[in-house]
Amino acid sequence: MSFYMELVDMKVLTANRLDDGAVVYIGKAAPWVEDLASALVAVDAGAEGQLTETAAAAVKARRVVGAYLMPVTVEDGRILPASVRERIRAAGPSNRPDLGKQALAPALPR
Amino acid sequence: MYRYDEFDQQAVDERVAQFRGQVGRRLKGELTEDQFKPLRLMNGLYLQLHAYMLRVAIPYGTLSPRQMHMLAHIARKYDKGYGHFTTRQNIQYNWPRLVDTPDILADLATVEMHGIQTSGNCIRNVTSDPFAGVAAGEVEDPRPWCEIIRQWSTFHPEFSYLPRKFKIAVTGSEHDRAAIKLHDIGIRVVRNAEGETGFEFWVGGGMGRTPIIAKKIKDFVPKADLLDYATACLRVYNELGRRDNIYKARIKILVHEMGLEKYSALVDAEFARSRGTVKLPDAEIARIQAYFAPPAYEALPATSTGFEAHKFEDKGFRAFVRTNVHAHKVPGYAIVSVSLKAPGIAPGDASADQMDAVADIAERYSLDELRVTHEQNLVLPNVKLDDLYTVWQQLSAAGLASANIGLISDIICCPGLDYCDLANARSISIADELQQRFADLERQYAIGNLKIKMSGCINACGHHHVGHIGILGVDKHGKEFYQLQLGGSGAEDASIGQVTGTGFPPERIVGAVETVIGTYLSLRHGDAETFLDCYRRVGLAPFKAALYEAR
Repeated sequence: MSFYMELVDMKVLTANRLDDGAVVYIGKAAPWVEDLASALVAVDAGAEGQLTETAAAAVKARRVVGAYLMPVTVEDGRILPASVRERIRAAGPSNRPDLGKQALAPALPR
Repeated sequence: MYRYDEFDQQAVDERVAQFRGQVGRRLKGELTEDQFKPLRLMNGLYLQLHAYMLRVAIPYGTLSPRQMHMLAHIARKYDKGYGHFTTRQNIQYNWPRLVDTPDILADLATVEMHGIQTSGNCIRNVTSDPFAGVAAGEVEDPRPWCEIIRQWSTFHPEFSYLPRKFKIAVTGSEHDRAAIKLHDIGIRVVRNAEGETGFEFWVGGGMGRTPIIAKKIKDFVPKADLLDYATACLRVYNELGRRDNIYKARIKILVHEMGLEKYSALVDAEFARSRGTVKLPDAEIARIQAYFAPPAYEALPATSTGFEAHKFEDKGFRAFVRTNVHAHKVPGYAIVSVSLKAPGIAPGDASADQMDAVADIAERYSLDELRVTHEQNLVLPNVKLDDLYTVWQQLSAAGLASANIGLISDIICCPGLDYCDLANARSISIADELQQRFADLERQYAIGNLKIKMSGCINACGHHHVGHIGILGVDKHGKEFYQLQLGGSGAEDASIGQVTGTGFPPERIVGAVETVIGTYLSLRHGDAETFLDCYRRVGLAPFKAALYEAR
């Protein structure tokens, strides 16, 4: 873990898509992405505030439900959720590597 | 089996149309999530970690092959090709899209199924003995009474907004395969000194955060009074149960804190006041019972030479018969348990192909009927001894012939953190590791009857409190951790397991179970003393010593 990472509280905004329930994140290039690797990482309160505002608008626009900020770390450029729960959400059920996002891309370490 | 009349069908069809409108309004923005959530939950639709989850009711665990085929169709068309049978005798789909759920419910309605009463603070889907109607020694088939309770409780206006969910289980046997003492109301069909059948009522049982064994409130409730007495029990709870604290809202807390005597006096007073309000005439009882009349059994000899020969010749079949085949009340027939605990498969999961296969087998060899058990297995209730070998071969071809019912690898396990929004830790991965560790069948036989039950959170969907060995997954500083409990039972000798002490990290919990097993094997009085009997004789201390002293 780098010195930078020990100091900075990093967060990604996640939600479930309304029409199919899929796990999504506010992305760097697009408002909502399915792949955690494409998520926008907030590193300060201002950025977190912007993510929260974007999410609130998306909830109102019926694109997503249950939006919240989740803590992450970034290691070797890879975004890793801090909790086991979020790692499973990002990958899929750990007993079924053929299902969920991990079926399309290598699973995150859990 | 019960078949819907026009009122049942109309009610379910109308509910589908209502839900279609509600989903449409939600997607158009006419309903907020806060407004929509209670509506979707009333139809069994939850939002879990990866997707929505649809819980479909299987009333008292009885299914026709036609219904099972529909469950397979839904798994294939709308989900990812499988479903999960639960400890409530229901089935859950893990990946449905919200936009598809009205169509799923419409498909289910064509086979008299739905997701009503699988969520919310109402009287939930009634559960029962999976051997109902076929078990030797049963006082009476409990399913007509389950059906009467289902009809009475569905959309019951007074009991649709209870302080908390309410679960009722009914059995007709002394040997309790329905865990009635762990239900809000547990009912056992009994016969009194005059030879009349009626109901023994147990109240205030449950697991979850505060596990409590139900207390017997009435030795004998006459048949005609079933719904009046149940109404009195529920009415007192509905009025006095706590609504300010979700953790203290179940009837078990009310009865525990008030004391059985005081609660019982209030129920008696209400019963005396309102008796006769919910009439249950003999003609109506007979009408419902007629649906559950025994099927046309053939007059067969009690033994089958073909069956005995196959058992002698085929080791695999012999192993299957040893654990998965049970005595039937009719000579020449057997009850077959279909284990959903194959290695590498999450306990309770079945693929669409397996559902179709078991439905075909039931149609051809089990007089058109299937059951789901609260131990997350299936049952073929009416198989001729002469057909057992063929049934076993066909189950084997479908990957459904695991010969482990009642053994250590027949594990109850909730979906845990791999799917569930409430979970704190994974349970499927631990079940998988346990099954691998104890894969050797001879070792399983040597250990004998042993029920491991595991939950990924305190809500106890995996019944860990009543496992002979119970495992509870917890979150300890952001990491998965597992507590061990010993000595629980959900049967007629119900007991709550005792926590052994400090929990174990994921890499040590299976070893801890192995230590418990090793301790049991060294302490038991002969091979016939089961784990539970041994534990009750020697207590927690030697197990605790073995688990912690070497640390």
